[in-house]
Amino acid sequence: MTLLWLIVLLPLTSALVLAVLGAHFSRKVVAGLGVGSIGVSSLIAMLAAIEFVDAPPTGHAYTQLLWTWISVAGFQPHIGFYLDALSLVMIFVITFVGFWIHLYSAGFMMHDEGYSRFFAYMNLFVASMLTLVLADNLLVLYVGWEGVGLCSYLLIGFWYRDPANGLAARKAFIVTRVGDTAMLLGLFLLFTSFGTLQIQDLMHRATEQWAVGSTIAVTAALLLLGGAVGKSAQLPLQVWLPDAMAGPTPTSALIHAATMVTAGVYLVARTHALFELAPAAQFAVAVTGAATLLLAGCSALTQHDIKRVLAYSTVSQIGYMFLALGVGAWPAAIFHFLTHAFFKALLFLGAGVIIEALRDEHSIFRMGGLRTELPVAFWTFLIAGCSLAGLPFITAGFYSKDLIIWGAWAAAQGHPAFWIAGMLGALLTSFYTFRLIFRVFFGPIQTPVSKRPGYAMTVPLVVLAFFATVGGSVKEPLIKFLHSTLPPMIETEAAGMTETLSEVVAALLFLSGLYFAYLIHLQRRELADGVLRNPAARAIHAWWFADWGFDWLYDKVFVQPVLWVAQVNKNDFIDAIYTGIARLTEAMYRSLRLTQTGLVRWYAASIAVGSVVFLAMVVFP
Amino acid sequence: MFSLGLIGLLVRRDLILVLMSLEVMLNAAGLAFVVAGSRWQQADGQIVFLFVLTMAAAEVSVGLALVLQLYHQFKTLDADALSEMRG
Repeated sequence: MTLLWLIVLLPLTSALVLAVLGAHFSRKVVAGLGVGSIGVSSLIAMLAAIEFVDAPPTGHAYTQLLWTWISVAGFQPHIGFYLDALSLVMIFVITFVGFWIHLYSAGFMMHDEGYSRFFAYMNLFVASMLTLVLADNLLVLYVGWEGVGLCSYLLIGFWYRDPANGLAARKAFIVTRVGDTAMLLGLFLLFTSFGTLQIQDLMHRATEQWAVGSTIAVTAALLLLGGAVGKSAQLPLQVWLPDAMAGPTPTSALIHAATMVTAGVYLVARTHALFELAPAAQFAVAVTGAATLLLAGCSALTQHDIKRVLAYSTVSQIGYMFLALGVGAWPAAIFHFLTHAFFKALLFLGAGVIIEALRDEHSIFRMGGLRTELPVAFWTFLIAGCSLAGLPFITAGFYSKDLIIWGAWAAAQGHPAFWIAGMLGALLTSFYTFRLIFRVFFGPIQTPVSKRPGYAMTVPLVVLAFFATVGGSVKEPLIKFLHSTLPPMIETEAAGMTETLSEVVAALLFLSGLYFAYLIHLQRRELADGVLRNPAARAIHAWWFADWGFDWLYDKVFVQPVLWVAQVNKNDFIDAIYTGIARLTEAMYRSLRLTQTGLVRWYAASIAVGSVVFLAMVVFP
Repeated sequence: MFSLGLIGLLVRRDLILVLMSLEVMLNAAGLAFVVAGSRWQQADGQIVFLFVLTMAAAEVSVGLALVLQLYHQFKTLDADALSEMRG
């Protein structure tokens, strides 16, 4: 555990080296550095995990203070790392899943001209995310927070020659910025209240000094939630994530599985003490999660682009995590984060294989019959899809999702309405997942396969597929392990409901989703067209397809007015003062330069006349 | 005598004559010092004249060197023609 700092430093160094010298290295060296640094830090993370589990440090937390960052007027934030059960799970997932994604990218980006630039960004991304989860105070956490925002901007706009990609990158940056501002205000509020930003101190003092449900606690929690909502693409700031698909596919995998979008979940889990003080804010978390998972699930049903379907499914799954956090099932959220990281990374990497094999074809309606053409991609995608949809008993996603759905009713802040939302979400998930699978891998071949993936790309798929299934078996030990950091879920009497019954219902919904998808998207495809002929259905389809009109709304409410003001005030009126001063100076210069004739006798005469005038002024005052 | 030199300086365009007018003005100033020294019975006036003389010699050497260079460059000694530095 004393090597904790190396976990962050290795990717960071590699990112710097690649950014500065990357252009001079061969592709092999670049890949070695980029993938190797994450690999080594993943190994160190695993060693730390073994050591941590073997001999837990006192208080189940290990703090490593590196140095004092600033020391001014009693404000002394340290650069320090804090390792406990929560951050341990996070760094394990970030480095481990991150490593396989990097290995995959080494093959996927092979023929891209920005090879070293890509790995520099990816490494920086991982380093920022590690800083975020390991930070022992909120200031360092904020550095990592902004770091992942920056890297997502760089990676979404990676293929910068297409203006649409730059636009998507800017959208992601600006929308998350809205959340970041709220979070920054939250940090200010916490700092002015307690005079420190050390997370553990803050939580202790908040519990001691703030009453449960007091206005200030609710305000602080809501401000932090604002930041979390922005980063995790939850309602109402979810609009950036689907557009973020403009980046290279491994980037999407990294953003969705290991880094970035889970930052919000981590932040809420990290400051859980604060949210427990603010039941209203915690309720807001649950409502946000429940609403997001339903809305995004419906949108995922209507998308054509394979990556956009997956993007909406991420939004929906993060919604599940928020729901779990909101009802007080803290460990369940982190468990779902773990399993989600495996299967979602796998889904994106599989999608990358398919897109590359079909020469950049994104539409699932122009795919089909790939089952026999890309067997590795098919089987791994199927496993990941089943895990996402929650195939009972053998997939990881089933265990984590059911734990959340059960918690939505049975936990202290749970409510049957949340349970119903979770169940509907499960039905939607199963439906859109198998819609994707049936459209892409079954039916007639529509686009011929032109390229098959190499080992660098298939090995990560197989490894992640393994973890997407067995990941569920760690449920009990993981949750027990997390209890050293996160409070356990308090089960209350759920009238007329047991965990087993809940699981049975979930399994039935999984099967019905599978059946609907089979019926509409494989067996009788004319049914789908029949539904679309109905004008009401078409209107709803268009509405869901456009993400419930959020983009349109924001365009009308925020973007257009800002553009209008910019248009009106193009010649900034404050600028007018300064341009006026500049104009005056210029006019004076023009008149004065007329006296510079270059005629030396003219100067001499001026001197003589001037002397006479001055002498006259002295002599005859 | 000073006014004579000044007028010469202003009306002539030949640089050599301008320099000569300058010398005339310097001598006028020197003469004024000497006269003032004898009027108030002080040796200071004559001392300052010696300084003026030295300065005039140095100034003439520099001035003539400049004139030589100018002639070399522009093949003319017309002061009005040498107005390259107008603003």
